[in-house]
Amino acid sequence: MQQVAFAVLSLITLGAAIMVVTTPSLLRSALWLILAFFGIAGIFVLLNADFLAITQILVYIGAISTLMIFAVMLSSKVMDPHQPRFNEQWGLVGGFSALLFVALAAIVSRVVWPVAQGEVPVDTIQRLGADFVGPYVIPFEIASVLLVVAMIGAIIIARERE
Amino acid sequence: MINYLSDFFVNLARSWTAWISGFLPVWAVTVVNYVIVAVILVMMPVIATLTLTWMERKVIGRIQNRIGPNRVGPWGIFQAIADAVKMLVKEDIVPDNADKPVFNIAPILIAAAACLLWAVLPFGRNMIGADLNIGALYVIAIGSFTTVAVLMAGWSSNNKFALIGAFRVVAQLLSYEIPMVLSVAAVVLLVGTMRMGQIVELQTVPFVFLLPTTFLIYMLSAIAETGRAPFDLLEADSEIVAGYFVEYSGLKFGWFYIAEYGNLMAVAAIATTLFLGGWRGPGVAAVPALGPFYFAVKILVIVFVLMWIRGTLPRFRIDQMLGFAWKVLVPAALANLLWVAIVLKLPVPTALQWLLILAGNLITLVVALTLLGRAAKQYAARRGLVSA
Repeated sequence: MQQVAFAVLSLITLGAAIMVVTTPSLLRSALWLILAFFGIAGIFVLLNADFLAITQILVYIGAISTLMIFAVMLSSKVMDPHQPRFNEQWGLVGGFSALLFVALAAIVSRVVWPVAQGEVPVDTIQRLGADFVGPYVIPFEIASVLLVVAMIGAIIIARERE
Repeated sequence: MINYLSDFFVNLARSWTAWISGFLPVWAVTVVNYVIVAVILVMMPVIATLTLTWMERKVIGRIQNRIGPNRVGPWGIFQAIADAVKMLVKEDIVPDNADKPVFNIAPILIAAAACLLWAVLPFGRNMIGADLNIGALYVIAIGSFTTVAVLMAGWSSNNKFALIGAFRVVAQLLSYEIPMVLSVAAVVLLVGTMRMGQIVELQTVPFVFLLPTTFLIYMLSAIAETGRAPFDLLEADSEIVAGYFVEYSGLKFGWFYIAEYGNLMAVAAIATTLFLGGWRGPGVAAVPALGPFYFAVKILVIVFVLMWIRGTLPRFRIDQMLGFAWKVLVPAALANLLWVAIVLKLPVPTALQWLLILAGNLITLVVALTLLGRAAKQYAARRGLVSA
């Protein structure tokens, strides 16, 4: 049953990802990317990481995808939905992509990935919260500082010039 | 017999499961049960639309000193069905340059988001669609998915009014998500878990008596999230000609309508679960089948208050609305959350902690209202208006 679910979710994610890079219209690429994000959230659920799945939906689909759609809408080229999909370099780029794919496949299949010991806890949020203020407090605080810096930068850029 | 009736819904589900397990394999029983629950939960926004539209027209009619619909059936209760039939027979117009697949999918996604919210709401003890470990966060994630669907609808209409309306909707939804998250986080801190079923089980005292300011912040953010008046800039007919769903006609507009009322009832249900004690009420420990009725009564009270607000207050401007969210609600919600977090770590007995939380909430409310009053006086003095 898990294999079937994983196969379906992978098909959705990979299919949506292929459509992202081959759709002629820029806005539809953003929408296919949202479907890919849903597929990834599903894979998180399969791995019992429920908090990560919901955060994926909340952050990636709710905020980052909205930002991307705004950027697409406010750029000038999006009014033309029939841009050429390939330019003259597609052979060289395709060759390099295939090379990258072969290298990644070799790495993924040959490396012995370390598996974490112990059971997956039923209540992942408790463990996440305890770890955030326990062993991983410094990355947590640095991420908060980064967010404050970004917010101050956005306010400075977007304020009215007196 | 009395025992069966006193926990009627749960026992009915058990009897049904036992009956179909007689002739179906285990996985088919699970699938059939989930499909039945899914159909019931998807019917909730439709039921909400049919009943709440009638209630709204009557309530707002009374506030405006008129009767409301009274022709189609006794007291006009079949008016919603007449409206539904009218919507079904309208012609389905698609604009010429619209992006057709996106145009057609957008109303379905918005209605889907309204239906998905109902999966984590506890109707009674052991009567919940899916008691997720992250129930409270799931509600917010579904709300954030609505912003994307609205952008799709606004963009694919190929209409500048729709696009501007969609941008405004997204600005409003994103701004009011933050006070909503912070107020829900205060409740989650108090309870210690995000499961909606647990939140109701642990409310021996309804949390509105402990966290009144949080309840207020949540209700204001929820009204803004669903786009009801006075935050209904998005569908202001005199300003932006119905905003992002201007090009939709017939059944597709019907989906937007269902989504709006489904969202309204879902938001009232979430407020009931988090603050008013959900399905709790007198006598529900002995007779758990009374749970859904208490739940429905509390939801209807909150919906009535929301309709009351709609009929009374004028509409906000976009800058007033965004300023209210960022300058008033976010600091108040943050102060609230901070105070609850500090008090919960004090080594005093629980009753004293609750009293301290209540005191902190009231102090936050008084400070916020004082500052707002002072700002209003300065604004009026600067503009030369008569101050209150």
